[in-house]
Amino acid sequence: MEYIEKSAAQIAHDVRTRVRSAAEVTDATLAHVESVEGAVGAYLTVLADSARAHAARVDERVRNGEKLALAGVPVAVKDNMCLDGSRTTCGSKILERWIAPYTATAVARMLEAGAVPIGKANCDEFAMGSSCENSALGVTRNPYDLTRVPGGSSGGSAAAVAAYEAALGMGSDTGGSIREPGAFCNLVGFKPTYGRISRYGLIAFASSLDQIGPLARTVEDAALAYDAMAGFDPMDATTVDRPVEAAAGALREDLRGLRVGMVREFDSAALGAALDALYRAAYRDLERLGAELVEVSLPTAAYGVATYYLIAPAECSSNLARFDGVRYGLRVEGDDVRSMYDRTRAAGFGPEVKRRILIGTHALSSGYYDAYYVRAQKARTLIAGDFERAFAQCDLIACPAASCPAFEFGAKSDPYSMYLMDYYTIPMALAGLPALSVPCGWTTPEGGRVPMPVGLQLCAPLFAEKLLLGAARAYEAATGHALARRPELESVRA
Amino acid sequence: MNARYEAVIGVECHVELKTKTKMFCGCVNAFGGEPNTKICPVCLGMPGALPVPNAQAIELIIAAGLAFGAEIPAFSKFDRKNYFYPDMPKDYQISQYDMPLAIGGTVKYWLEDGTMRECRLTRIHLEEDTGKSTHAGSGDGRIAGSSYSLVDFNRAGVPLMECVSEPELRSGAEAVAYLESLRRTLLALGVSDVKMEEGSLRCDANVSIRPAGSAELGTKTEIKNMNSFRSVERAIESERARQIEILSNGGRIVQETRGWDEVNGVTHSMRSKEEAHDYRYFPEPDLVPLEPSRAAVERLRAALPVLPAQRFERYTSQLGIGSKQATQLVETPSLGAYFDRVVACSNNAQQASNFVLGDLSRLANETGVAVAESAVSAEHLAELIGLVDAKRINSKIAKELLARMWDGAGSPAAIVEREGLAQTTDPGAIAAFVEEVLSAHPSVVAEFKAGKSNVMGFLVGQVMKASRGKADPALVNELVRTKLSS
Repeated sequence: MEYIEKSAAQIAHDVRTRVRSAAEVTDATLAHVESVEGAVGAYLTVLADSARAHAARVDERVRNGEKLALAGVPVAVKDNMCLDGSRTTCGSKILERWIAPYTATAVARMLEAGAVPIGKANCDEFAMGSSCENSALGVTRNPYDLTRVPGGSSGGSAAAVAAYEAALGMGSDTGGSIREPGAFCNLVGFKPTYGRISRYGLIAFASSLDQIGPLARTVEDAALAYDAMAGFDPMDATTVDRPVEAAAGALREDLRGLRVGMVREFDSAALGAALDALYRAAYRDLERLGAELVEVSLPTAAYGVATYYLIAPAECSSNLARFDGVRYGLRVEGDDVRSMYDRTRAAGFGPEVKRRILIGTHALSSGYYDAYYVRAQKARTLIAGDFERAFAQCDLIACPAASCPAFEFGAKSDPYSMYLMDYYTIPMALAGLPALSVPCGWTTPEGGRVPMPVGLQLCAPLFAEKLLLGAARAYEAATGHALARRPELESVRA
Repeated sequence: MNARYEAVIGVECHVELKTKTKMFCGCVNAFGGEPNTKICPVCLGMPGALPVPNAQAIELIIAAGLAFGAEIPAFSKFDRKNYFYPDMPKDYQISQYDMPLAIGGTVKYWLEDGTMRECRLTRIHLEEDTGKSTHAGSGDGRIAGSSYSLVDFNRAGVPLMECVSEPELRSGAEAVAYLESLRRTLLALGVSDVKMEEGSLRCDANVSIRPAGSAELGTKTEIKNMNSFRSVERAIESERARQIEILSNGGRIVQETRGWDEVNGVTHSMRSKEEAHDYRYFPEPDLVPLEPSRAAVERLRAALPVLPAQRFERYTSQLGIGSKQATQLVETPSLGAYFDRVVACSNNAQQASNFVLGDLSRLANETGVAVAESAVSAEHLAELIGLVDAKRINSKIAKELLARMWDGAGSPAAIVEREGLAQTTDPGAIAAFVEEVLSAHPSVVAEFKAGKSNVMGFLVGQVMKASRGKADPALVNELVRTKLSS
């Protein structure tokens, strides 16, 4: 096992105790990135010089006695987060050459904790997608089977962490964009409660749903990243001003005393025999760890996808208006300002982004607003209410993280089948709840060459991140599914 | 004006708030400056930037609402108004749609003759201002036909109050009187500088016409581009005349936006209702709802200053001051407050008004020091008025004293005492001065007796001079006349 395969916790410990320098870890990571990037394509921009400069500063801070929780930990930053002086594209042609003039709060907090930004990771354009295939700027492959997608939209961050091109990934989850790629890439993908982590500097897709979170190879690493990023930010009015309980130091050993809800409407039998068997085994493992399994009902969760595909496009139609060629980003000249707008946006946005802008613009139009947007908001309230009732009967909810393992490129070519990928993750996003995916086994998809990872989703009540991470840690420690296989990297090394 | 028709007018104002910083970021809120120097990622609408509301701006809006007696709902929110425009950084404006900070209320205003009127408000809400475009190459400064445009974002994100009146105004003069009262009130509250010339007050008017006495509303037009109160009045009157002309000839009014052409004194069509935007308002997801606490609202209510309309009513109806002077007194909040303090220790409000608006305002103009900040305390001015009323000094001495008080001489009573400036009202003493002057000017006396009665003034002046200004002028007049006629 190479050093860069160590956990973020181990690397930070080694750098803090000066067993390794951040510079050494960074150099090793950059060398590895160079050797595998051609096959994986996790990054849109590798920040080699800047990473080395950050690492040097971390080493200096360590020498000055600072106890940095993420000292020298290589991190992949999803390319929809601003990092001062770095190209920040959102996977879109419209921002292909845009250099961010400031740093996102969550990124700044990771750097403050000692993390070293290795690069800006690929993603579906403006985080719209579930496979990374909607990126206009590059192809990212699943390190466990390079013919398959890494998931999305945070697919670049997930692939980077899975391929050891970073120890931690920063992702953003709007309807499942951290949890689904986490499941596809054998990672812990964690979306905290809406409002826990500042969105300042996260280029908005759907403001009321977007939430930054970590992708990590272990629950402990995810907890370390969460602890570094979480907390009120005066620059984001939607962050919650309440204390964050440090999660990393409070990871549980078992699940005794916890009631885990099985969602009646999310019967895994619908996912086929192989996945059904994996999920049933996972639920038994939870029980074996001391949890009491109880059945709960989320009767309106089935409307999650429909609700989401009104609210998220409505917000994105407005959020993406600013990409008009006037002040920054791509500009395609026209005869007048109107035609400049039209040409710029026609050339700059890809088909999925355009589709959602059109859907959202329509949903907000006079005469349709009540029928679409207002009804969707009402449905959203009902869905949140379902979770509230369910959490009166249980402490956590367990369910699938995705309806299938990572699929081959081009397999979900019609938008609706792609939208259904987030069937199990969207309801939690609509309710603002903390949820994560944790590896729960392997299955060889039909026609597949090798087994692919499968993720179990755990969801907790609002602000119960500590409980959620603790339970996931107990499950991970007892099962060790993530360690069963390694990514296919030896054959691709440049 | 055609008596068969009456105009129905509503006014919509945009007022830039006088806050330290912009509405949703920490950039300084100040007029002017080098273009694009008061900007940051937030007010530039950079990708990823988020708004954080300015608490001071919210308080100013609530204070304005309370001053006009509006309801301050317990729940309010921001919404996005979506439309593309190059000087609007996000291509949406954060505004308030269906749940404004203040609902209803009434603006009390008065006409030139002092008649009090009222106009109800529909609502007051808070939003952000846009940047400013300069279009080059089109000749007329308009975007159509221009070769390039420059945008200055210094103003982008400045907090803006939108204040919408009910259509209860009936003439251009009423609209201007309403605007004057609105302006004075916002100035008194410290909400805004309310300067039309700097764009911190901008207004549009909705105008329609109906048969006098009818309860139904006619089709309205919206008038824009009015850059002064004078142009508001002219534009409304011009539009009223235009609409009456059309209706009288059996035509129909088209609902549209019309621009005021200051040079030619007419309105012209800008865009029709069909071209109106669908703004696709929806709740701003980057901000949480505004829920002003009752305690905070009551604190703001308790801190409200005396309002100009209250002052004006008290001055005219209780103190008997004329409309013109009362208007001047309420014009500057600090001047009105000063006047109130003078009146509190004097029982001659008219005299107080005369001094404040006359000699004191003249001194203020000459020296550049505001009356309320001058060395003349309200108590000392009241003392001076008391001396005049008691005929202890005459008005000439009073003027001189005031000038010295302005320079810091202090109590006028003390000066009169110290320098023996008290008015001479003893007929015997004055008669002696008269005697002295008449014998010194026998030729003038002869002229008078020959019928040149206008030399009387000269003689009175000589007597006043002989008394070093202290003689009671009325008594001097009387004694000179008696002596000459004897």
